[in-house]
Amino acid sequence: MFEETDPERADIQTEPFYHQGCFMIYWDLFCTFARVGVLTFGGGYAMLPILEREVVEKKKWVTEEEIMDYYAIGQCTPGVIAVNTATFTGRRIAGTGGAIVATAGVVFPSIIIITIIAALISGFAKLRVVQEALAGIRVCVCVLIFNAVYKMWKKAVVDKVTLVMYLLILIAAVFFNASPVLTVVLAAAAGILVKGRKTV
Amino acid sequence: MMLYVRLFLEFFRAGLFAIGGGMATVPFLQDISRRTGWYTAKDLADMIAVSESTPGPIGVNMATYVGFKTASGQIGSFAGILGAIVATAALVTPSVIIILIIAKFLEKFRDNRYVNAAMYGLRAASVALISAAGISIVLISIFQISSIGEWRKAVFDWRCLVLGAVLLILTRMVPKVKDLHPVIFIAASALAGIAMGL
Repeated sequence: MFEETDPERADIQTEPFYHQGCFMIYWDLFCTFARVGVLTFGGGYAMLPILEREVVEKKKWVTEEEIMDYYAIGQCTPGVIAVNTATFTGRRIAGTGGAIVATAGVVFPSIIIITIIAALISGFAKLRVVQEALAGIRVCVCVLIFNAVYKMWKKAVVDKVTLVMYLLILIAAVFFNASPVLTVVLAAAAGILVKGRKTV
Repeated sequence: MMLYVRLFLEFFRAGLFAIGGGMATVPFLQDISRRTGWYTAKDLADMIAVSESTPGPIGVNMATYVGFKTASGQIGSFAGILGAIVATAALVTPSVIIILIIAKFLEKFRDNRYVNAAMYGLRAASVALISAAGISIVLISIFQISSIGEWRKAVFDWRCLVLGAVLLILTRMVPKVKDLHPVIFIAASALAGIAMGL
């Protein structure tokens, strides 16, 4: 009866995991989300297919619909989308401890990889070749940001009100270095004033 | 010690107010650089490039990078590792707290009229802030000036302009090529930079 250990684990449903709260589930969560962190290459939007494969298909911890919900909420709550989704999934599987462990797992690879790269770059930054490469890369970053803005613009600027808000905030930020914190708070308030009334 | 506390507070703020994904952190990082002088606008562009071309969520990568660079620059490279951990932990702390609260009333949150109305305003603000951050990164990377007020000193380097135009066409219009991963364009631009001696 002790033969059914590892291969069977993937088939065990969510409920026992959730109630057990044993150490193994935390370790399992950490490793799974660390793998999601490594495989997420290029930001939150790249994360969804990987998360689906690891958490829904392989581990069967949550359903496809649940993941979609968590992802949707992750987009409209503060913070990094990938982190929000990981926190949500971790909580669903093993409560508050699970949320913290899953979050730690998803950021763990970044900390290691980026620290190594940052240390290397500051060592090599004075080399002429590296400077030339970075100058080329900076031009590419401009284009990448432009593309990201273009994609978000279509979903965000949907009518006259949002267009006016966009222009006002753009001017305030470019010419007057407006505080982004204040801007975000005011924009949320403006949204509620315009759309929050009962007529909707 | 004070540096770590400041790092934590700055990134906690960024984590709390940056809404809408990795690039939404950029305006906050720019704000941090203006107020603290921990890194320059040029450093920020390099950080974005590194974050885009390494595994992991972009916002997390940037927090780690800034935390490392700031602490290692002011104290030493071992302190940098702690700085990276502090900045990253600070960035995700608001997420964890907020998600744990929201998870209890998931359905109500999603269908709440006020939440949706706030999001309507926030999405516009988020794009506007990222656009503004994008503009200042264009100014520093392509025209080599730090604000729009310095436009008289702008440098017009045709090599940068041509590279930018080519990248824009490749990433927007050429079928198949435009769907390639950003890291490929970043690597190609690094080579182009070396080849043209930028």
